[in-house]
Amino acid sequence: MKQHSILRVTAKMLIPYILLFALYVQFHGDYGPGGGFQAGVIFAAGIILYGLVFGLQAARNVAPPSVMERLIALGVLIYAGTGVAAILGGGNFLDYSVFEHSLLEGHLPHGQHLGILLVELGVGITVAAVMILIFYSFAGRERS
Amino acid sequence: MSLTDAATQIIVILLLALLACTATTIVRMRDLWAAVMLTGIFSFLGACWMLILDAPDVAFTEAAVGAGIATVLMLATLALTSREAKKPPAKFPILPTAVVVMLGSALVFGTFDMPYFGDPSAPAHSHVMQEYMNDTVPDVRQNASHHDKTHDGHADEHDDFQHSDAHHGVGVPNIITAVLASYRGYDTLGETVVIFTAGIGVLLLLRGRPARRDREDDRR
Amino acid sequence: MKEILGLYNYWIVVFLMMTGFYIVIARRNLIKKVIGLNIFQISVFLLYITMGKITGGTAPILPAKHFTTGQEFQTFSNPLPSVLILTAIVIGVATTALALALIVRIHEAYGTIEEDEILAQDREP
Repeated sequence: MKQHSILRVTAKMLIPYILLFALYVQFHGDYGPGGGFQAGVIFAAGIILYGLVFGLQAARNVAPPSVMERLIALGVLIYAGTGVAAILGGGNFLDYSVFEHSLLEGHLPHGQHLGILLVELGVGITVAAVMILIFYSFAGRERS
Repeated sequence: MSLTDAATQIIVILLLALLACTATTIVRMRDLWAAVMLTGIFSFLGACWMLILDAPDVAFTEAAVGAGIATVLMLATLALTSREAKKPPAKFPILPTAVVVMLGSALVFGTFDMPYFGDPSAPAHSHVMQEYMNDTVPDVRQNASHHDKTHDGHADEHDDFQHSDAHHGVGVPNIITAVLASYRGYDTLGETVVIFTAGIGVLLLLRGRPARRDREDDRR
Repeated sequence: MKEILGLYNYWIVVFLMMTGFYIVIARRNLIKKVIGLNIFQISVFLLYITMGKITGGTAPILPAKHFTTGQEFQTFSNPLPSVLILTAIVIGVATTALALALIVRIHEAYGTIEEDEILAQDREP
């Protein structure tokens, strides 16, 4: 669709803001509506828009499928890893109160905030990568 | 009834009428491309209604997922298969209509026992929700008031944290995220694994054939 | 009258549910069936969200202290149905993606996505 100049120009202007908005929704999930799922889906929508307007190969250069495959596992690993870290800290699985006094005081969030931030990050990474991969699978298949 | 209430009611009635019309139109559509577009519109109208019903998180997600990702995937499937559905048989479908009418009347008969719309004493608002709200609300207000009083050093905040009653809550203003990630974190882990599995499933189903360009390179 | 005002949301949702269900059982095209399933799903979400609304309440997000306009909201709508539906929406799209991938493979194997033609091809020896 590169020859449609309105689409091309508008998409080029909008895509950076879509990706930025996805990051905003991810990290402000505790203070307003938002969280991991919404952020992942919006990020994937930005990359899919890029793929639709500029061609599938351009999208594959920006978000390579091999990297996406590793990201879907990384998200689940971050989530479960937070739970296991809570066990190593002495609490139950996914008990965030063990993070109260662990890292730099006053600069990084602590306790429930840190736990929620990490798990939402894991969820967001997995959802974004899965949606992008599913799009690549459908769009990259030739018609029989 | 104030003016904003009346305006909200009118908007709700319009939205519900549009929802019903869109659903009935999708039933009769044979052109699948138009049906997919109407499904996207249906999702979006549903998201608008959810927003009016005080659920912005869900409205957000439904708009992005339903009107965005699901529509794109269905259009991609249409491009790979066929664009029009076959004409349905001429005789009137008695059995599906009878099943739908019976099931619909049974469900409507069941709704007469349900609590009225917006009733604060409904069972859904009584047990667990009260506990979560009581945990979260005083803790956030305590955090906010501490931020106002002491601007120097975070040591004071930690002392007060430890001196407050033992069963303090999560301390995050978005109660939905607090419940999703902290009180019910285990379920969200299961859900993330489900999405992971679905991604792997689609990859297994659709990975085999190389794209057209690769085949031409092999033939050269 | 009071009953109609109190229960109309459930009746609308039941109507939408039955429309989606009718598409699933009465239409033969596989993609139409997936669309009908999507409509059914969305109406179930609407049912849960209407059950969570409290009259005079607001969204269950506590405002920052310095943003309040002096009018403190004490009634919040129930956050629990929202949490359930948030999970359900994303799982719904994952299921839809899997169903559509299966439809693509069925089309490649049978050459058609109409249910009666597929069953006829299966039944011949």
